[in-house]
Amino acid sequence: MIFTILLIAFPLGWTIYLSFTDSFGSVRAPFDFVGFDNYVTALTDTSRFWPAVLRTLIFTVGALAFELVAGMAIALLLWRPFKGQAWVRVVVLLPFVATPVAIAMMWRLIFDPNIGFANQVLGWIGIPPQPWFSSPETTLPSLIFVDVWEFTPMIAIVLLAGLTALSDEPDEAARIDGANAWQRFWLVTLPLMRPVVLVAIMLRAIDALKTFDLLYTVKGQGGGSFHEAETLNIYAYTLSFQYNSFGLASAVLILFFLMVLLSMWLLTLRRKERTK
Amino acid sequence: MSTTTAPVIRRRRKKTAYQSFRVVMLVLVVVTFVVPLLWMVAASFKSNVDIQDTSRPFTFVPNLDNYAEVFGNDNYLQFVFNSFIIALCAVVISLLLGVPAAYAMSRFSMQKSALVVLLARIIPGISLLVPWYYVFANLGWVGSYGVMILSHMFILIPVIVYILMSFFDSMPLELEEAALVDGLTPIGAFWRILLPLSVPGVATAAILAFIFSWNNFMFALVLTGAQTRTLPVAVFDFVSYASIDWGAIMAASTIMTLPIIVIALFAQRYIVSGLTAGATKG
Repeated sequence: MIFTILLIAFPLGWTIYLSFTDSFGSVRAPFDFVGFDNYVTALTDTSRFWPAVLRTLIFTVGALAFELVAGMAIALLLWRPFKGQAWVRVVVLLPFVATPVAIAMMWRLIFDPNIGFANQVLGWIGIPPQPWFSSPETTLPSLIFVDVWEFTPMIAIVLLAGLTALSDEPDEAARIDGANAWQRFWLVTLPLMRPVVLVAIMLRAIDALKTFDLLYTVKGQGGGSFHEAETLNIYAYTLSFQYNSFGLASAVLILFFLMVLLSMWLLTLRRKERTK
Repeated sequence: MSTTTAPVIRRRRKKTAYQSFRVVMLVLVVVTFVVPLLWMVAASFKSNVDIQDTSRPFTFVPNLDNYAEVFGNDNYLQFVFNSFIIALCAVVISLLLGVPAAYAMSRFSMQKSALVVLLARIIPGISLLVPWYYVFANLGWVGSYGVMILSHMFILIPVIVYILMSFFDSMPLELEEAALVDGLTPIGAFWRILLPLSVPGVATAAILAFIFSWNNFMFALVLTGAQTRTLPVAVFDFVSYASIDWGAIMAASTIMTLPIIVIALFAQRYIVSGLTAGATKG
């Protein structure tokens, strides 16, 4: 227990400490206290910091929205038993247990503008080739697409567990009262699933905000030459390990952490209101 | 008569219509998730000429050249070994620390400690990485196995505690009470009664922890040296070459993903129960 606290309290405390210093260049270089300078620098920076905040939010909210809808659809498809269910479940497990770096490499090949399979498939149905990861405009949507591919299964499995744990009686009662399938889902199943859906949102939102592997593997430091994939996580990483600007990076990290905490707090707050 | 049979027939027809819709959708789901993975595996058996040739995406003569290249030139076995040894050590040590911690938190309802675990889940990994890098670089430890194992423990312990806490919560308190009445110490009750019963929970936690450690990229990127590099970093390094050698990258990615797929096939039940730990309780 002490171990866990040490593991978290020490790094966090050190990050807060560094965020008030001008530590730069090397970990051995001397540094001075600069008060809130780093925070001011970050919060007034409209070229890197705020766009990164915006991209973090777009990425998280965009991916989460698609993942929830598709995940619920898949969970409903898998809900009632059928032949071969076990196999479909294994298949659905694969995308998000597979190594993210391998997944990212795989999509880089598939999305390659010249030799990628994606553009070939689009060609068959008469859609012109897309630049996918190679143009600043299409990069973020393509990355959201890959994240949706990778993590919709996780949402589906969490929701499926929730569906399986539901009792059949409310559904049966609604059926006897003459509700059709859509009404039963919308008015009976979904309200009962609300707590599970919230847990799924929470788990996924935490990880989506922190996405690193996919973004870094596809676009590298700084999120590509136009910073088109630079979320707060990538920005903080680039500041630390490319620019060695540890002080500023720490300030960005503290702001990032506060943002994650805030969104989690908002989610649990909504949850408490609902249960009241 | 016709009035009584008609609804039955209509209902059955509706049911078969839904059934076929469902089959179509399920096939679509499977195709969506399997085809990209198969594409990766297929590309690993193609020559780079075949990969570049978009006129015939499905016809190629499979060969093992990419695998030979990966294993031959790039010290790849060393990276496989690194990934494996780091994941194994990190999982074992994390279990030794995490299982008793989870038990204590579950039984003595230590809300504050549980909150710390949740916090550990929320903290962005990189805000841990900066201070570690600071300390470890100053100590000259960056690039050692110990640092990698330690850093993985930071992510694994919260995962293990989180999964096992809900597992222990679901076990009746009477088990230990009975053991205490029979003359065991509290630690003895935990060791001899509860732990053997928790094997499925511990297996779940261990499998998920192993996968997390195996897949980890960010910590390895910063904290490994040339000799301790793990698979994800090794695969990523292929890209920095002048022209991307897609065949070799896909072969390396396939090798890296294979153990996880094997685990998923055999331990499906555990992975699912680990992921949904705490979710169904709401």
